[in-house]
Amino acid sequence: MISIWFFIGISLAVNGALILAAGVYQLVNPPVNPGVVLFHLHANVWWGAVLLAIGLLYCFKFAPRRTS
Amino acid sequence: MTPLLAAAVPTQLVRLAPIDIVIVVFYFALVLAIGWYLKGRANTGEDFFMAGREMTAWVAGLSFLSANLGALELMGWAGSAYQYGILATHWYWIGAIPAMLFLALVMMPFYYISKTHSVPGYLKLRFGESSRALSAVSFAFMTVLMSGVNMFAMAKVMQIVLGWDINFSIWVSSLTVAIYVTLGGLRSAIFNEVLQFFLIWAGALLIPILGLYEAGGWTNLKLQIAHRASEQYVHLWSGLGSFTTNPMGIHWTGIVFGLAVVISMGYWTTDFLVVQRILAAKDIRSAEMAPIIGAGFKMLVPVIVILPGLLGLAVLPEKLVPESVAAVTGAHSYNDVLPLMLARYCGPGLLGLGVTALIAGFMSGMAGNVSAFTTVWTYDIYRPFINSKASDHHYVNMGRWTTVIGVLISVGTAYLVMQFASIMDYVQALFSFFIAPLFGTVVLGMLWKRATGSGGFWGLLCGTLCSISMWTWVKVDPTALRYVALSPHAKGLAQDMYQALWSFITCVVVTVVVSLATKPMSDSQLSGLVYGLTEVPAVGDVPLYQKPLFWAGVVAIVFVILNIIFW
Repeated sequence: MISIWFFIGISLAVNGALILAAGVYQLVNPPVNPGVVLFHLHANVWWGAVLLAIGLLYCFKFAPRRTS
Repeated sequence: MTPLLAAAVPTQLVRLAPIDIVIVVFYFALVLAIGWYLKGRANTGEDFFMAGREMTAWVAGLSFLSANLGALELMGWAGSAYQYGILATHWYWIGAIPAMLFLALVMMPFYYISKTHSVPGYLKLRFGESSRALSAVSFAFMTVLMSGVNMFAMAKVMQIVLGWDINFSIWVSSLTVAIYVTLGGLRSAIFNEVLQFFLIWAGALLIPILGLYEAGGWTNLKLQIAHRASEQYVHLWSGLGSFTTNPMGIHWTGIVFGLAVVISMGYWTTDFLVVQRILAAKDIRSAEMAPIIGAGFKMLVPVIVILPGLLGLAVLPEKLVPESVAAVTGAHSYNDVLPLMLARYCGPGLLGLGVTALIAGFMSGMAGNVSAFTTVWTYDIYRPFINSKASDHHYVNMGRWTTVIGVLISVGTAYLVMQFASIMDYVQALFSFFIAPLFGTVVLGMLWKRATGSGGFWGLLCGTLCSISMWTWVKVDPTALRYVALSPHAKGLAQDMYQALWSFITCVVVTVVVSLATKPMSDSQLSGLVYGLTEVPAVGDVPLYQKPLFWAGVVAIVFVILNIIFW
């Protein structure tokens, strides 16, 4: 049976990758009007990277071939 | 739960980018995929209704917490933090932690050893069929109505925050929940609740991090709040010596005896919506550890709920107003503080994750209601009173159909509330009527062997009637609040605390008096159900750091330290 933690890993990794991609795009193409406070901190870059890293860790550690 | 109902629809708070839509759609696809994957593992009654009783302590504990961590809870209490300050934290700390530890160390062994499927099922074993019938019917009826009320509130919030059509929100969320719970039963609900727990944290944790950065740290935040509101907004206990020296208009006796001793004990130890998750644990140690793990994380929840509300007080340029004023003026209400903070800090991608966290919160609460309703209907109403001789396969099918029907009743309730908004307040009030006296009945049943079946039934009934009477009295004559809540300065939340306290006391007194006047039950009838007549199995020969008592002590110490720090 696939572990619940593997599903969580997939969710965090995919969401992290999407957020990181959106952040990198904004980093390369800064919008004229960012629309958010503290835009210069580029939270979507580092928060996306954190989620991606945790997600990949969970995917690896709880991969079906390792837990079955 | 704080009522969350916006009557007016001002401008939509946030606008999603395509990447945000992708994140939301991915979430729906994943929860449905989990339900589909688990459909082959819900073929027996134990699998469908109790998740095979094979959940680890971590899964059961996070699910236990997640079932309570609905988005109405998040948004409502963030709004309360904006309105009342850090006092709202009491509902997460003293209003939860002692009760969770009490459940783990005192009550869970009896639930677990009796192998009951539900809380009404325990009442049947301890007090007989009449007590089970009373609690099962009231729980099933109110759970499915509450699910509908929450569904409508969710759709309303989605309309305000995102501009989504109410019908779209109601049908998409309810059908998704119906599909994954029908396919995988409680196991599917639990798996998705754990997933939702992670998403809620991933989506909401950035707000306090960036908010504290903007405010210049905790010390500066306190100064700004003192300047814009009052110094009492950042103190947990120091203003509770009088009804008039704190923003909530409540006395410490209401918080300690009403909230901590009665309401939270009632909710966390007898509301089957949350207790069901613990009953699915794989062994007695996991069943005891699960609420302790839940308590550890519960202490952290104010970081993503209360802190954003306090940060809103300090950094938002506009002044938020009560719902009644917002409905007239079109200004933002207290309950908008969380989405406003989300929109303030979260750009493309992060906004999608934040919105997904809110949707996940709504759906975990709805799935919790539906799976609990399904179990109580099938095992505590249908099987004992309608069809007691059917096969296990028949009851599983009944569970699947009940899931669908429960969701449809919830949808119907949501549309009813849309037509008659006042129903929402009535349903929320009705639900609270049963919690406090039910705790009195269950705890006496577990700890006092002299309590009899008649005592349990009449105590539960009289406690409930007492609660209804007080609520009706205040509804008819609002000045009666000074008698119910012991002060003319008391406000709505204070009424809830004292109403619960009086109904609990009534339940206990009636149970004791009737029990002493009726024939005691024999020891053999009470074996495995009552303290003193039950041999609680040891958790095994495990190291200290794996013992529930050790971790309960750690949680209790941290709880005390936190209360002292924020005194």
